[in-house]
Amino acid sequence: MIGSIDPLLLIASLMVASTPILLAAIGELVVEKAGVLNLGVEGMMIVGAIAGFAAAVESGSPLVGFVGAALAGAALSLIFAVLTQVLLSNQVATGLALTLFGIGFSALIGQGYAGRRPPPTPKLDFGPLSDIPVLGPVLLRHDPVVYVSILIVAAVWVFLKYTRAGLVLRAVGESHDAAHALGYKVVRLRVLAIAFGGACAGLGGAYLSLVRVPQWTEGMTAGAGWIALAIVVFASWRPWRVLAGAYLFGGVTVLQLNLQAAGVAIPVQYLSMAPYVITIIVLVIISADRRRAAQNAPASLGRVFHASS
Amino acid sequence: MPRLERRPTPSRLWTAATPVLAVIATMFAGGLLFAALGKDPVEAIRTIFWDPLFGEFASYSRPQLLVKAGPLILIAIGLSLGFKAQVWNIGAEGQYIMGALAGAATGLAFYPGDSPLLFPAMVVIGALGGGLWGLIPAVLKLRFGSSEILVSLMLVYVAQHILSAAAFGMLKNPEGRGFPGSRNFQQFPAAFNGELIAGTGMHWGVVAALGSVIAAHVLLSRHILGFHIRVAGEAPRAARFAGVSPALLTSVCLGISGALAGLAGLFEVTGPAGQISTDFASGYGFTAIIVAFLGRLHPLGILLAGLLMALTYIGGELAQLTLNLPSAAIQAFQGMLLFFLLAFDVLSNFRIRLARRARA
Repeated sequence: MIGSIDPLLLIASLMVASTPILLAAIGELVVEKAGVLNLGVEGMMIVGAIAGFAAAVESGSPLVGFVGAALAGAALSLIFAVLTQVLLSNQVATGLALTLFGIGFSALIGQGYAGRRPPPTPKLDFGPLSDIPVLGPVLLRHDPVVYVSILIVAAVWVFLKYTRAGLVLRAVGESHDAAHALGYKVVRLRVLAIAFGGACAGLGGAYLSLVRVPQWTEGMTAGAGWIALAIVVFASWRPWRVLAGAYLFGGVTVLQLNLQAAGVAIPVQYLSMAPYVITIIVLVIISADRRRAAQNAPASLGRVFHASS
Repeated sequence: MPRLERRPTPSRLWTAATPVLAVIATMFAGGLLFAALGKDPVEAIRTIFWDPLFGEFASYSRPQLLVKAGPLILIAIGLSLGFKAQVWNIGAEGQYIMGALAGAATGLAFYPGDSPLLFPAMVVIGALGGGLWGLIPAVLKLRFGSSEILVSLMLVYVAQHILSAAAFGMLKNPEGRGFPGSRNFQQFPAAFNGELIAGTGMHWGVVAALGSVIAAHVLLSRHILGFHIRVAGEAPRAARFAGVSPALLTSVCLGISGALAGLAGLFEVTGPAGQISTDFASGYGFTAIIVAFLGRLHPLGILLAGLLMALTYIGGELAQLTLNLPSAAIQAFQGMLLFFLLAFDVLSNFRIRLARRARA
């Protein structure tokens, strides 16, 4: 029964299952590194999912869909940016508002799109490379977005670690007052970071509706945005660990789906709750090591910045 | 270039005025949204805010106001205590489900008993179920330092799957011909939470909601615990020096808000909903977050905000019937309300200075 699960296929589908969460989490990592806690990931993801779906269906091109999703996610995140950075609202409350609004708004736009099929996203062809045993089917037979998501992780890592702008961004996240005193534009930088996070979350949502499922249903993100937030904590705000975390959760999701399909004698509902339970367990384990958790969290995370002069 | 100047203390005038401004702004923005959907904006707004109270079908929809406002107020009162102390319980939806499940399971275990003690016992166990579910994030936060925001939210999804498992398995009606869902409490008088005064929508859950408003008001204005909650939120350092235990406060806030959400779930499942079913969870736990903020985390404010939000629910349903407005529109509308509220809040915490200061 369990033997019917093919490990190669499992790993290959794991990469697909992880990509939405990976995209959303790497975006949120940049936002949090800039000292902003945006709890609206779920809302931006689901708006990205429907915006990307609608754009792809109407234009017939998945590329247009993904671009549209990134723009929609960024546009929605700008509401958050204006509220928290200009009007100095509470970030937790504003993020929640973004999620609640996003879920309703996406259902509203999504009305004529239920049951329709999006244009297929083509898989990249690596020619003979895709036929290498083991490696080929696992790594080299995916659609471009899977590779783009990994490239984004690499780019974020290089940006944060090796560029001057990345250093400034981290400085803003650690101490906005000091960064402000040095003449850096705290608000401008944070708005840009928030928009980047929104675009990534939008992409992640579109990957769900265009590739992973591929269909539009109301509330289809089902907590993926919240899991992405948890992964950022799990990763201790480090880009490559976000990748590891996302693939771990993708693995759990795929495994429980496979167990369901294999007909294991556990009620479906208990298998379906596994990703959420494991998220909690992992969060607890990571947070238990308080010293390390405290070291890595950006010091100004979630605090309102108001330049008094 | 306008400049913001922090007020020493939030303006009381603006704190009271911003919800009103936010509602007005939402009506305008919502009107634009409805116009974009091809509906007459004036008629849509009138259908949502006016017709449920004074329109043609008002005699049907007025009792619904209390039915919908009851759980919203009950949950929001609990949440507001936590939010005041900066304890963010956003998993009320899960606590609502677990309270309903625990209470309903107790009742169904004694089917078809007729003891007058059955319903009170269900109420107590419903509150316990929600309270214990709410204490999970508290314990994990205190013991391991994990974020209560993420844990409480994750537990919503866990609870939803448990609900589904119960509707299909443990609590399934043995005489239900295989359909998912529990026995209907309407056919179980000892456990049924019916209308107390016919035609008003008043049931025990509404009574509990009103009671919680009064209790929260007394707690916050007269009791040392309420004072600690306020201090912990407004000046955490001062609170620690004053000997307020953050551990105790976190547990109390999450426990109380969980218990109240559990109560709301129990009253809902035994009354208006009637049975445990897969579509029992209707998002009250999330809408209550908006109610708590719209009510300025103040008990009386929450009472008014709960009634207003209930009105948008009923008006939304009415607009669905008469104007063919999609049901999701009202959700987007409620989210917008919270945006505007948070935006206008800048006025209560800051003064806006238009002129440049003389000295550079």
